[in-house]
Amino acid sequence: MSNKVAEIFETMEYGPAPESDDHAKAWIENRKGLYTPFINGKFITVDKAQHFTAENPANGEKLGKLVQSTQKEVDDAVKAARTAQKSWAALPGFERGKYLYAIARLIQKHARLFAVLETLDNGKPIRESRDVDIPEAARFFYHHAGWAQTIEEEMPDYEPYGVAGQIIPWNFPLLMLSWKVAPAIATGNTVVLKPAEQTNLTAQLFAEICTEAGLPKGVFNLVTGDGKVGAMITAHKDIDKIAFTGSTDIGRLIRETTAGSGKGLTLELGGKSPFIVFDDADLDSAVEGLVDAIWFNQGEVCCAGSRLLVQESIYDKFIKKVKKRMDALRVGNPMDKCIDIGALIDKTQQTRIKSLVDKAVTDGAELYQSAECPDTGCFYPPTLLTDVTPSDTIVQEEVFGPVLVAMSFKNQKEAIELANNTRYGLAAAVWTENINMAMEMAPKIKAGVVWVNSAELFDATVGFGGYRESGFGREGGFEGLFSYMKPKIEKSFEQCKPQKRPAQKTTHTDFIDRTAKMYIGGKQKRPDGNYAMPVISPSGCLIGEAGEGNRKDIRDAVEAASKAADSWRDTNTHNRAQIMYYMAENLSYRTKEFENRICAMTECSAAAATKEVSFAIQRLFSYAAWCDKFEGHVHNPPLRGVALAMNEPLGTIGIVCPDTQPFLSFISLMAPVMAMGNAAVIVPSSLYPLAATDFYQILETSDVPGGVINIVTGERNDLTKTLTEHDNLDGLWYFGTAEGSTLVEKTSTGNLKQTWCNYGKDRDWTKAAHVQSRDFLRRATQVKNIWVPYGE
Amino acid sequence: MQDIKLQTAANDGPGQSECFTHDVKRNPGIPLDKSWVNGARVNLSAVEQRTKTLTTRRSVKKDWQAAWLLKALTCIDLTTLSGDDTPGRVKRLCAKAIQPVRRDTLEELGMGDKNIHTGAVCVYHQMVPTAIEALEGTNIPVAAVSTGFPHGLSPQAVKLSEIKASVKAGAKEIDIVITRQHVLNQNWRALYNEIKSYREACGEAHLKTILATGELATMRNVAKASLVCMMGGADFIKTSTGKEGVNATLPVTMVMVRMIRDYYEKTGYKVGYKPAGGISKAKDALAYQALMKDELGHDWLQPALFRFGASSLLGDIERQLEHFITGRYSAANRHPMS
Repeated sequence: MSNKVAEIFETMEYGPAPESDDHAKAWIENRKGLYTPFINGKFITVDKAQHFTAENPANGEKLGKLVQSTQKEVDDAVKAARTAQKSWAALPGFERGKYLYAIARLIQKHARLFAVLETLDNGKPIRESRDVDIPEAARFFYHHAGWAQTIEEEMPDYEPYGVAGQIIPWNFPLLMLSWKVAPAIATGNTVVLKPAEQTNLTAQLFAEICTEAGLPKGVFNLVTGDGKVGAMITAHKDIDKIAFTGSTDIGRLIRETTAGSGKGLTLELGGKSPFIVFDDADLDSAVEGLVDAIWFNQGEVCCAGSRLLVQESIYDKFIKKVKKRMDALRVGNPMDKCIDIGALIDKTQQTRIKSLVDKAVTDGAELYQSAECPDTGCFYPPTLLTDVTPSDTIVQEEVFGPVLVAMSFKNQKEAIELANNTRYGLAAAVWTENINMAMEMAPKIKAGVVWVNSAELFDATVGFGGYRESGFGREGGFEGLFSYMKPKIEKSFEQCKPQKRPAQKTTHTDFIDRTAKMYIGGKQKRPDGNYAMPVISPSGCLIGEAGEGNRKDIRDAVEAASKAADSWRDTNTHNRAQIMYYMAENLSYRTKEFENRICAMTECSAAAATKEVSFAIQRLFSYAAWCDKFEGHVHNPPLRGVALAMNEPLGTIGIVCPDTQPFLSFISLMAPVMAMGNAAVIVPSSLYPLAATDFYQILETSDVPGGVINIVTGERNDLTKTLTEHDNLDGLWYFGTAEGSTLVEKTSTGNLKQTWCNYGKDRDWTKAAHVQSRDFLRRATQVKNIWVPYGE
Repeated sequence: MQDIKLQTAANDGPGQSECFTHDVKRNPGIPLDKSWVNGARVNLSAVEQRTKTLTTRRSVKKDWQAAWLLKALTCIDLTTLSGDDTPGRVKRLCAKAIQPVRRDTLEELGMGDKNIHTGAVCVYHQMVPTAIEALEGTNIPVAAVSTGFPHGLSPQAVKLSEIKASVKAGAKEIDIVITRQHVLNQNWRALYNEIKSYREACGEAHLKTILATGELATMRNVAKASLVCMMGGADFIKTSTGKEGVNATLPVTMVMVRMIRDYYEKTGYKVGYKPAGGISKAKDALAYQALMKDELGHDWLQPALFRFGASSLLGDIERQLEHFITGRYSAANRHPMS
């Protein structure tokens, strides 16, 4: 015999430890390697279909072919979903939950087949598909099986969107499917899902187990194919909700396509997440966290910790440790159980990563790569780039590969600045043994997920999703349910006729002339253009004049809001509440004046004006009360630790007010935004802005810090456009016309700000059920989940 | 293990494996560096996360598994530490240390001429002469547990004389227990002095310091105690006596070996590691080996720097090796007892 054992005894090397693919190959054989849409409970044949080749990126082996669906399949799938939806949603939660539970069990039962198929199809190490992707997918269904039942009591005022179109990427095929499908069907939606054309085997197997679970036909529909099929879904008129995970560029496209359609939209997009290491961290553990952060799944992870920020005092030491650790990483056959890094998804990705790294090196970065890669297949070694600066492409751009850039910081202030110096905001990791430091850092980092002394932790109980250009909406946890449910009350809102500026009949006012200016940064300011516009009552009386704001006024207002936002956010909730109560108090003192103004402007009855002001006072009281009551959750994922789901303000929010009940609507929109700690730029009713401008004096006498509320009067459409395109505005609430809503959604894509539009539908601003709800608070906030594992 | 039948063949390799002659420059110790000790940071959850995934990241199969298990076997401190130990029992243990695996099994594996034996035999002081006699003609060292093992609460003078007596009787390795209260009370100077005095008493014999990690309350304490022991001149740091409620675990191992790495990087001295207690399965041994290889590298897979304190591990390794050869699952009665 060979001296193999004796040889190994000396070298003590790792040998091959391959996972068998026999079962997976048999499954592929059984399917004849043909992957087709699954519509209304059946895999369907498509005549004269175009095909994509399903390929193992590790060795180029063909795994079969995938049908490119056409408009017909998409239509059929949507129709099947539509037909199934009513009865699916009408099922008692317990019944829906049983199906989800059965799916979870079946994923577990076929766990190894799922894992092997995933690795063959995607190239990720079998360890990861076996230990992370598949168990987490099952967990998502278990968790949401519970929600199917509990939402009946927890969310009585909400209902499912209807038919959800879901488009998922290739990096976590089954896991992303479960993140999408589980909450959607738990809440009573039906689904048309499109996996990426590169990876669809596990989705096919999933469709099979839906049948095995007896899921009613039409609840889960699968269409296969590339981005063109995705585009058909996003454009489909009979889909009520789009959920997308993928690149920021495609996310923008989807926002544009769906603009004005009234479809619900959640986007989970790219990232360039910071991994921050302080000098008092457990450095060896931080190195391991970093391995999970950037070299998990070949770095093809939207929330990969791809920007390493290390405190200057330990920078060299830490980088040395990282390099040493990189030497021990094993790249190779993903079916080997002794491999850390598998194959990239395809040649395109491999080429892209290589060119980004080459460019970085040309730009002056120092490159460190030590792992050996197989000669064939789509592999790329773990890579560290040092000597980079924030302006380098490699520091700005998402690589979506095993490429880490490292920079140093001198103190926590600089760490925060560097961490936030990105267009993205998906995740962050903070390593320090000092809980004070960790808990100070976490809220200041603009990211949807912060891992304290950990990395890449996910669970069905904890919402996942981004800030900024990383998208909006959450997946997982209680907060994730809102991605698939909307307030029932919305059905009752009706299209309103846009009001036109009345023709002017009188030429002078009866009052002493009052000059209504802009209110910016706590000061009354003349409009930049120095034009005024008339305010005319419905019968044609000139009531007064308001400044005609232009884009520069908006610019100044956003600047002022942005400056005030951080300190207003950090103002404690009790003090915020006190200021808002004080506003109500001062308004109450001047009730008569405001009533008169409203009467004069809108020529409503005295009773209606009285009602408007008294409701405005009520509303201020109500949201003042909410300041310290709209609290987050403490999630209990399965680890020794907690995840704190904090409701954080968006930051700066633009508000475009309607013309109906112009004062009350202005107050009703301003109050929740302010209460949640945002700074606002408000465009009051274009026709009847004077009660809002009168309100400056209330703001000034109620200790509202300058810049928290900024008011710009003028033509709604012009100002809206500047607002929606402004990249330093985090959110925009638009209550105007249907066309205006379309415009807002379409042009908000610059920074992917979170928009909330009324699509031309009006609310009754005196009805609390319409305008005074948690929904307003939710729209003014976003959930940040801070994972805090503990134990000493 | 997989069903692969190996043929035997003549092996013209060296008569003795390199690992047994592996020469490690002894750690003489360094002055107590309190700022280093107090700067030690350990995040328990992160350590657990790392060890949890480490065992799933590394898998050793077939020939590799056989070779690794043989290597593990050479790192075993074959141990008996019972109140009812007798010379007869110790002699049998020594015989097993000399011939830990059936000759035919070794032949089948092509390791017949490799002089495979365990790393050491570990006994109480009273049994040292018996063991020395039984192991005569071999180069298997005898290790004696000492210093009031397992609790270490005897008078200091008694502890020192116990060490000296064992060394005099021929023990080449002394497994001492540290005074836990020094750690719990963060009295690093006292611990340092204690270790230093033991090291002096050992002379040429190697000093293995048992931390009794199960009684040190926190991982940070484990890390700090590891550093102080190495500064005091330990040749090995060892987890447990086997008598604590919790003995060797992978997380505690992770913490200790990281400190060994730290110490090596700062001083250039390689200190050995010995997990003890509760490691009874071949699979566990492989996990520890993978940890040592990935965290510290090749040198720390050799008996000069790595030992298992175990008694029943050997039996499981024997069974696994036979299974590797025959493809059939084995039984304990097919292998000579110790």
